[in-house]
Amino acid sequence: MRHWYMLTLVGEDRPGIVAALSRAIYEGGGNLGEASMMRLGGNFTIMMMVDFSGSRSALASLVAPVAESMGLHCHIDRIEGHLHEHRLPDVRITVFGADRAGIVARVTTALSEAGLNILELESDVAGSEDEPVYIMHIEGHAREGYDSVRAAVEVINEEGIEASIEPVDTMIG
Amino acid sequence: MAILDILKVPDPRLKQVSEPVSRFDDELRRFAADLEETMRAGPGGVGIAAPQVGRFQRIVIVDVSSRPNTPNHGLMVLVNPEITAWEGLKVGREGCLSVPDYTGNVIRATRIELTARDLDGNPVEYECVDFEARAVQHEIDHLDGLLFLDRLVSKRNDLFRRKRYK
Ligand SMILES: [Zn+2]
Repeated sequence: MRHWYMLTLVGEDRPGIVAALSRAIYEGGGNLGEASMMRLGGNFTIMMMVDFSGSRSALASLVAPVAESMGLHCHIDRIEGHLHEHRLPDVRITVFGADRAGIVARVTTALSEAGLNILELESDVAGSEDEPVYIMHIEGHAREGYDSVRAAVEVINEEGIEASIEPVDTMIG
Repeated sequence: MAILDILKVPDPRLKQVSEPVSRFDDELRRFAADLEETMRAGPGGVGIAAPQVGRFQRIVIVDVSSRPNTPNHGLMVLVNPEITAWEGLKVGREGCLSVPDYTGNVIRATRIELTARDLDGNPVEYECVDFEARAVQHEIDHLDGLLFLDRLVSKRNDLFRRKRYK
């Protein structure tokens, strides 16, 4: 009986992490589903769905040698997961400007109250130590319609946070 | 009229470069009618290219007229299309009848000019903007064996193109 597991791994970035990990999983009979891997603050972070026929502990022992040799913390959950559950975003929001405390909380609270389901959020701090610039990209589904989320973005703008919004019109052809 | 089978990734024929059309006859017009019907049968399809149904000729169909507030030319059947001018760039989301269950962000020109032939072989010219321009560029890519998967960008790439960023 096969199950989906969610693997989360975090550690200092070093060459070969993805290759070593995916090879160990493949050779142990696991299949990768959807995954997100990226460098955050000098660390490498991995979240991935793995389809595996054994138990959670069997999967853990498969991954452990790689995690240890690469210095990664590993966490595994058995999930009720499925592929082909993609949801189309219908709105994209971009926020950028001088970094300030609480900006993510302020923006996401306003958007949530306006009926936005966040499907993806990427945020980053660019600029320099002295003049950090905050950048955030959000794609989501406007549960209560585009105008509701747009009104929330206008309120955010009045508070001096530069945010813009545009509809996502997916072209299928 | 008939709904044709659509090639799906990873079919290698989707990478084939299509040949120009030289015969503008009844057979071509019958095929174009089937191609249009196939496009309309696909979920949300606003464009289609002949190679997507395994006919490797430079024929595309675009019709974005069903979308609200979208500048458009209605049904466009473009034979041997050539884009002659590009302007502006914008990230937008695309999916494809040949790539089920996946969408992604692609940079396209926001305004294009193009020349083509109609189904009788007469020269035609169009200027397309925004969503229609995106659809035309996506379909013409199919004629050159390219999928939107070949052009995916991160959402982040959008940022520094914005006018508001000073
Ligand atoms: Zn396509």
